[in-house]
Formats: sequence, C-alpha cells, structure tokens
Amino acid sequence: MEKDIREDIAWAQINKDVLKSLESPRRLYWVILLIALAMISVAVGCEIYQYTTGMGVSNKNNSHVWSLYIATFIFWIGMSHSGTLLSAILHLMHADWRKPIYRFAEAMTTFSLMTAGLFVMVHLGRLWQVYYVMPYPNERWVWPNFQSPLVWDMFAIATYLSSSVLFLYVGMIPDLAICRDNIHAGWRKKLYTVMSLGWEGTDRQWRNFRVTYLTIACFLIPLAVSVHSIVASDFAMSNMPGWHVTSFPPYFVAGALYSGCAAIITLFIILRYVFRFEEYMTLPIMKKLVRLTFAIAMVWTYLNLIEFASVWYGHDQTAKDQLIFKATGPYAPFFWAMIFFGSILPLMLAFKRFQTHLPILFVVSILLNVGMWLERWMIISPSFAHGHYPWTWDHDQWPSLVQWGIVFGSFGWFTLLFMVFCKVFPSVSMYEVKEMVYHRSLALKHKPAVKGDY
Amino acid sequence: MSITNLLENWSDFRQQHPSDDRPHREYKWAMSIDLDSCTGCNACSVACYAENNLPVVGKVKFSHGHSHHWIRIERYWDNDGREFADQGAQFLPMLCQHCESAPCETVCPVGATNHTADGLNSQVYNRCVGSRYCNANCPYKVRYFNWYDYPTTDNVWPEPMNQQLNPDVTVRGKGVMEKCTFCVQRLTVAKSNARTEGRLVLDGEVQTACQQVCPTGAITFGNLVDPLAKVGKQWMTQQVELNKDKQAKNEAEEAAKLRGYRILEELRTYPSVMYLEQLRESAI
Repeated sequence: MEKDIREDIAWAQINKDVLKSLESPRRLYWVILLIALAMISVAVGCEIYQYTTGMGVSNKNNSHVWSLYIATFIFWIGMSHSGTLLSAILHLMHADWRKPIYRFAEAMTTFSLMTAGLFVMVHLGRLWQVYYVMPYPNERWVWPNFQSPLVWDMFAIATYLSSSVLFLYVGMIPDLAICRDNIHAGWRKKLYTVMSLGWEGTDRQWRNFRVTYLTIACFLIPLAVSVHSIVASDFAMSNMPGWHVTSFPPYFVAGALYSGCAAIITLFIILRYVFRFEEYMTLPIMKKLVRLTFAIAMVWTYLNLIEFASVWYGHDQTAKDQLIFKATGPYAPFFWAMIFFGSILPLMLAFKRFQTHLPILFVVSILLNVGMWLERWMIISPSFAHGHYPWTWDHDQWPSLVQWGIVFGSFGWFTLLFMVFCKVFPSVSMYEVKEMVYHRSLALKHKPAVKGDY
Repeated sequence: MSITNLLENWSDFRQQHPSDDRPHREYKWAMSIDLDSCTGCNACSVACYAENNLPVVGKVKFSHGHSHHWIRIERYWDNDGREFADQGAQFLPMLCQHCESAPCETVCPVGATNHTADGLNSQVYNRCVGSRYCNANCPYKVRYFNWYDYPTTDNVWPEPMNQQLNPDVTVRGKGVMEKCTFCVQRLTVAKSNARTEGRLVLDGEVQTACQQVCPTGAITFGNLVDPLAKVGKQWMTQQVELNKDKQAKNEAEEAAKLRGYRILEELRTYPSVMYLEQLRESAI
C-alpha cells in the first residue's frame, strides 16, 4: 500500500510548493477566466431578459411552476456539502488523509452556497422584493410566514454560508501568516498581513486555534445535515405525489455528500495537474476519496430504492402512478440517465484499476455530478406533469433557453470564484500538510506524537 | 397531564378541523355547483374575466400553458362506444376551492395568502414575491401566475374591452400569483351596505359573477352560517359537512340521490365548494 504522503518532505519545501501556486498565472488561466466571464454574461443577459419581460420566458407554465432554477439551486446546495464532509466530519474522525485536500473543498462549499443563493433570487417572480422573506422590522408589522419551508431555507442557508465562510477563514489563518512571511511586498503582502490577524504561531495561539477549529467543526456538521434536510422539506412538506416522502431529508443529504465528493474528485485532478501538487494530492489519497465516493453512491442508491419500495407497498395510488410516469413518461430518458449515472456508473469505482486512473476518474466524476443534477430535475418536473388532479396530467414542459442559459452561467460564476480563490489563497493547507508529514514520520519511527498516542 | 392524556389530546388536535375551535361567526362563504345543470357554455369563465380584469393572454400563450382563467371548464369525455365523440362530454367548472385547511397558505414564504374571518382564502398581491410555492402545493392547481406584465402587453384587452374594466379590482403586474376570490369586491360592498343597515347580508343579495351569469343556475353561492341560505340547505341535504374529510352519509333511501361531493377531500383540504355529481344515464 503506497504512502499517502512522503514523510521526508521538508517543511520549507511544502511552503515553496504551495506558495508557487500563488504566482502570476500563465496564459491558460486567463483564457479560462475569460470563458467563465463569458458564461456569466450569458446568464446575466438571460436574467435581465427574464427580469424585464416576465418569468414566462423561462417556459414554465401554470401547472408546471418550478423547473431548473429550483433543481440547480438544490444541486449547488448539495455540492456545498463536500467541504463540510471533508473538513469537519473527517477531522472529527482523525482521517488525516483529508489534510492536503480539504482547503479547496471548503472553498468549494462557500462558493457553491454563494451560487445557490443567486438561484433563489432568479427563481422569484418579483425578485426585487426578495427581502420580504427576511424577518426585518417594518412599518407594516409583517413578518415572513415561519410555517413555510422556504423561510426555513433562508435561515438555514444564511447560517450555513456564514459558518462556512468563518470556518474557511479561521482554518486559513496560519497559512495566511506563512504567506505573509514569505511573499514579496505588494498588495498581496498587505492583504495577508491584514487577514492573518497577527498570527505568530505561539503555543497559546495554537492551543486556542485548535479549540476554535474543533468547535466550529462540531457546529458545522449538524448544520450541514440540517441545511439539506430543510431544503428537502421544501418537497417533503408539500402534498405533491412524488414529493410527499418522509425519506427525502436523508435522501437529499446523501445526494449532497455524493455530489460533493464527485466534485472534489474533479477539482482534485485539475488542481493536481495545474499546480503540480503530485506530492501532496497523491494517488493513495485519491484512492481513499474514490472509495468514499463509492460508499456514498451506494448509500444514495439504497435510499433511492427505499423511496421506490415505499411507493410500491404504500396505499397511495397517485404516488404509484407518479413513479410509473417518471419511468415511462416523457421524462423517462432523463430518469434512466439519472439511474445510470447515479447508481450504475459508480460501480466501476469499486475496481482497483479505476481508483487511481485519473483521466477516467475525471470523466466519471463529472458524469456522476450530471446524474445528481438530473436527479434534482427529475424530482421536480415529473411531479408537476402528473399531479393529483387530472387537469395537470400531460402538462410536461421543457425549459427554455433562458433557463439553460442561467444554469450554464452559474457554472461560470462558480468557476470564476474558485479560480480567483486559487490564485489569491493557498489551495493546499500548508500547516496541516506539515502536521501530516510530521505524524507520518513519527509513525515510521514508531514514536508516539503525543503521550499515550499510538 | 398524564402521558395518555397527552397522546389523546395530540390525536384530537391533529384530527381537528381548523375551524373547530374558531367557528365562523357571521359569514362562511361557500359554493355548490350542480354538474348536471352545467352545460359547459363557459359563461362563468367569461364573466369572471370581465368582473376581475383578467387579461386575455391570447392563443399562443394559452397553448404554452399560460392560461389565466380563474374559473375553468374542464371537459371529461365518456365517449366509449358512442356514435359522436361529443356525446359523452362532462363539464366541471373548477375554481379556487377556498379550502379551510388550504395547503397554499402554509407554504407561502412571505404570507401573501391567508384565510379571512369569513372563510375566504385571500391573496395579497402586493406581498407576493412570486415563489410559486402556493401553486406547487395546490392539489387543484387553481392558482394562476402572472408570467408576463399583462397590463402593459398589447391586445390583452383589445378595444373596446378596455372600457369594461372593473374599477373595484386591481390589475396585477408580472410576478404575482392570483386566483378566484369569490368576487371579494362584491362581498365587501354587500357586507358594508348590510352593516350600514345594521344587519347581515341576506341570501341572494350578493352574487359572484359566475353565479350571476350561469344560464342554468348551476352555481349556488352563499353564507353557510346563514340558516336560510340556499347553499347551506344544499350542503345539508347532500350531507356534506365542511369540517369532515370523509363524509359519513346516511345509508337511507336518499343515499342513491345524494350527489354531493367535494373534490380530493382525502387530502384533507376541507374545500368550500361542493359539486353535485352529474346524473349518469345508467343511474336513471
């Protein structure tokens, strides 16, 4: 079994390698940035058209009122669970193989949430009044309707976003200090000096840091679970057939962890190649990540089967008709594509041959995320096309180019944020990698790192 | 309070109808529609358009599903083995059921839809932010969203239709959800006039637009709390109770002629509209 990381990497080397990623970018970076900006402008254009003309341009209609915006919103919230899984959950489990990769995963969380927040606004018919959903004191003495799952969403996502940003920032402080100490003068040095809050690396600071980090991690885990459960309750709390399913909260959380892990694999391969992080984002770590993704894929498959099974043995004829409609109606190709990408394709991750084959993993991880996006869409659209009431049947509706444009542009927005992050902040956590190297070197010499630790 | 007591109370609370401990005192507006009388002429739909300033969206938008009829005539075909396809047509006017336990009210994030004291499901246009969750949760799908800014769109009220717009009703801009209000503007005027005279609204004094124009008198509208109201008598004869989700009809001789039912009652929405089933040829 290969080592997760070499034990003899010098700490100065770690600094040098990671700080190298912050250098002035090469041409390809600017090309991709321009492409991302082009994608964003497509989305902005579509949104301006929609804002001025009306939601009708999205091709939604009167019994089919939700479509890709909500689907993509849930997709981005789902993807945001990656960071929490890797940074917080694996931290509590002392899985130190997460150390080289959790920084960009945590960044991914923050930016996914920021993208998801945009979709909430794009989806509203009167987005200029989105602040009505927030509980602010006003002269009309009107509060939002706290019974509504959408209001719970607003609270949950706001809390999760602010906690994730805090977690990302706090975790970065020692690294920002390293950047401050090793970078030449300029705007970067000023930025890092301010952001590292005077970190000196004293014992006391490290002790406080460890406690703070652990506290936020413990706080963030139930938050992550509750955020996606609340988003799931947007559906579970309604009475539409196909939505009124109690297993939706855990199903959505499993789907979220799944998409998050698949996205981490994709970005892992990209960053490893672009920044030459082969020493840190090693193949054994990839293998562990792939196995984790496989496990979560199987959990998701299981929960999917539970949903189908409960419809099968339940008394609700409408729910049964709904499921058959999903599998055989006009949305059937997308439904089966979701099943294939979500449940069948990950089976290949069980084979050792593919667990470290980076080109295949790159393609597969993107397809897994496509499957998960399709899953969200297939929860929404078929239920509208075959509801309780016969008048709603055969109301299948296909999204217009405006919707596709905005969905497409959101990936550009995410890419832009992530790329700016990678060039301004270290995308590998230097101090944690040093800890990992240190622990591994002690383990090699069979020495305990701390008293009583074997 | 013991555990058993708690469980019983909780069970009662869960099965309780919303207005069991807050009964309607003066008014509870309800409707009954006789499907046997309905000829599917669409006069009710047209009257609703006229009364409530509904925009005429046009053929193209209608075919895209952007229909905007607060009351719609649904056609169901029972034409197996008939000589002409139109012979087995059944018509059902569907409008907002003003559910006592409306699924749309709980899910609006901003509280734009609420229940009034006289039993109407209200829609507050200026509060609506257009999340469309109410329509998603409505089992009848009787809510209509303003997909475009109809008042500024051409040909929405082609000449001289713009001269018949009702000044008592606002026009709705884009991004707002709307639905049948049981002609709340007429109800308000009637109640106000009645209050001036120190009495309640009498049965027949106020009519909804659809009721007023129906040529066969299929629609009956009134106050369920009023013992003299025709609609209340109909509900009672049909043994349909507002507060039940499963009607326990008396299995007497009249059971065969009891045609009254409410749509999708098992979803426990407690709708305020009762339909009288069409007498089928086989039943006569």
